[in-house]
Amino acid sequence: MGLENSFGDSYLTTKIDTLVNWARSNAVWPMPMGLACCAIEMMAFAGPKYDSSRFGSEVFRFSPRQSDVMIVAGWVNYKMAHAIRRVWDQMPDPKWCIAMGACASTGGMHRCYGVVQGCDNFLPVDAYVSGCPPRPDALMHALLEIQDKIRTEHSVTLDS
Amino acid sequence: MALDLSEPLQKVIDGLAEDFSDALIDVYQSSGDTFVRIKPEANVEVCRYLKEEHHFIYLTDVIGADRFTSEERFEVIYNLVSLRDRERLFVKAWLEEESPEIASITEVWESANWFERQTYDMFGINFTNHPDLRRMYMPEDFEYYPLRKEFPLLGIPGSIELPSSTPDSEHEI
Amino acid sequence: MSTEDISKKKSTPTFFKEHQKALYKALEDKNTSIEFREKDPLGTDMVLNLGPQHPATHGVLRLALQIDGETIEKAKLDIGYLHRGVEKVAENKTFQEFMPYTDRMDYLSPYSNNVAFCRAVEKIANVEVPERANYIRMIGCELARISSHLLWLGTMVQDAGAVSYFLWTFREREKLYDIFDQIGGHRFTISHARIGGVANDLTDSAMAMIKEFVNTFPDELDAWHKTLDRNRIFFDRNEGVGVLKTENALEKGATGPTLRGSGYAYDVRKFKPYSKYDEVEFQVPTRLEGDNLARYYVRMEEMQESIRIIRQCLDKLPKGPVRTDNAKQAYPSKDEVYYSMEGMIHDFMMTDTGICPPEGSESFHSIEAPKGELGFFIQSDGTGHPWRLAIKSPSFANLQVLEKILDGEMIADSVLIIGGVDPVMGDSDK
Repeated sequence: MGLENSFGDSYLTTKIDTLVNWARSNAVWPMPMGLACCAIEMMAFAGPKYDSSRFGSEVFRFSPRQSDVMIVAGWVNYKMAHAIRRVWDQMPDPKWCIAMGACASTGGMHRCYGVVQGCDNFLPVDAYVSGCPPRPDALMHALLEIQDKIRTEHSVTLDS
Repeated sequence: MALDLSEPLQKVIDGLAEDFSDALIDVYQSSGDTFVRIKPEANVEVCRYLKEEHHFIYLTDVIGADRFTSEERFEVIYNLVSLRDRERLFVKAWLEEESPEIASITEVWESANWFERQTYDMFGINFTNHPDLRRMYMPEDFEYYPLRKEFPLLGIPGSIELPSSTPDSEHEI
Repeated sequence: MSTEDISKKKSTPTFFKEHQKALYKALEDKNTSIEFREKDPLGTDMVLNLGPQHPATHGVLRLALQIDGETIEKAKLDIGYLHRGVEKVAENKTFQEFMPYTDRMDYLSPYSNNVAFCRAVEKIANVEVPERANYIRMIGCELARISSHLLWLGTMVQDAGAVSYFLWTFREREKLYDIFDQIGGHRFTISHARIGGVANDLTDSAMAMIKEFVNTFPDELDAWHKTLDRNRIFFDRNEGVGVLKTENALEKGATGPTLRGSGYAYDVRKFKPYSKYDEVEFQVPTRLEGDNLARYYVRMEEMQESIRIIRQCLDKLPKGPVRTDNAKQAYPSKDEVYYSMEGMIHDFMMTDTGICPPEGSESFHSIEAPKGELGFFIQSDGTGHPWRLAIKSPSFANLQVLEKILDGEMIADSVLIIGGVDPVMGDSDK
């Protein structure tokens, strides 16, 4: 897929890339879509023992317009799925998504009529975290993977 | 059948047998709990009698169940608590399968409002004279009653809509 | 603003149209006790949706508020955004297989949900639980109560504005998580209770950690009391806010600390004692005012009573088995499973068929969960799967009360009232 850009792939754009991606990855502000028990572990992740702000996630911005990554924590209901999709659409680019826990990734233990079997049915997920609920360390790992993804896979030329 | 009832409950059963002898169908005990089965038409009067005469002032829950028999398929169970006598009593009524209907007891206990809405949502039992009979958990667009035995566990595909996986340009957000 | 006007606006959601229409119509039809002003020229009355995604609604709760400036005239709640159909799932699982689902209902205090379910099954299937298991369950339940109330305190005071409380209570909660980790292997959704007892005994390190927690926690509670009990801002925000009058509380179906903050000392641990609660001494804190401040005091005192109960349990803990020996009712211990043929067969039968209560029996058992009265109604058809499992969840009843006490409050106070009533959506939206 040809990415035509006016700068071309030169030394300047890769250096700008590195700088901007370094800045972006070290200030990933999450938007917690805390739905169920995983939300409690997400709160523990923001708490004093597993501190998320030392990785740059200083504040958990509850407004989608001010955040970079959406952490879907908990099982997604059909009724709630529309609200989540609307919130996701309100987030400005570039944005990433972490599906936290077994329920957000695949529906988890809830194989029944009310639960969407994985939020990737309607959201483009970047990192899946397994666990029920995953330890805050696991969520930390996912956040670091997202930071890695920003640094290596994202380019400033994608932001049109 | 010999019932092992405490004194306050014995008074309740005697009172019910005396005043509502035509509405009372059965009294039995199971695992230490006392159940009274009545005719569904008489539920408001029986509940009001229990509340006023025997001090069953707390309605804990209204439970629906599906017996999956050809006759009198659904049942509605009221879970009543008397704080003065420290007793719990269950009042049951069996309903037909075709358009199950029973009078709402919101005029006796206000807390029955949401419990009956939940039973309506899950089983389709129509509570007449209910102030606000809407679905509780599933959206109004949903056409089925999930806790009936014939509804499959995984749901019916297409019965509830999922959001699109691409941003919708018609949304004004 | 009528429902037609709302539907005509372009920002109407394009999903679940019938549902939104029905909700707004119900909001319009609701009778309120608030006096309406004459039609106001500034046009400050509108319908505001609070949720379902909102930082302060403690989960996914949606409030449709008809507001007049800053005052709420009418409020309607829309729940079901976390509904899974747990009652239907229960009809397809054996009783022991259902245990993890109970964990995820009231996910702030999972241990008490486990014990509630176990007690209900043990009642219908007539299972004897050994004494040591009962005391271990009580210790777990009270620790779960403290854990739930700690989170309530952190989030409610954070909603009132003091953000640092969140960090302090989570520090204490991490200590509790470490204790649960030692007891059951998981941080909070441990399915430690088994039908017939508990999964494994308390290790020495777990006992030591519990003793240490019990010795250091009351000092923390005192420190928080000192900062909040005479705090002018906290008082002004909570006194007289969200009043639930005593005569209304029982009628409207409140349960738990919401009911005890309005005057009724209804605690299932005293009403129908289960699992050795009649052998420990504790009090049931109540208040008469019925406002948010009363509920705050009730919960803080409940935490102190929980510490008292745990101390007594630790003193009284007898030696003995932690699970009943009957092979048809409880899992055999792992030694038997690994080293004897009968143990292996019993383990297989318990996993495959499970415990079978008598056919046609039905029973109800409730416990005092931190949020209120949590009860399970089980109807059995003789097989290992329940025919009907109905859950009486406390948050459902408390949310119904919330709908009634929000009329007349201000929007900013609604957040605190939700915090004071303390609903958990996993519990109310089964």
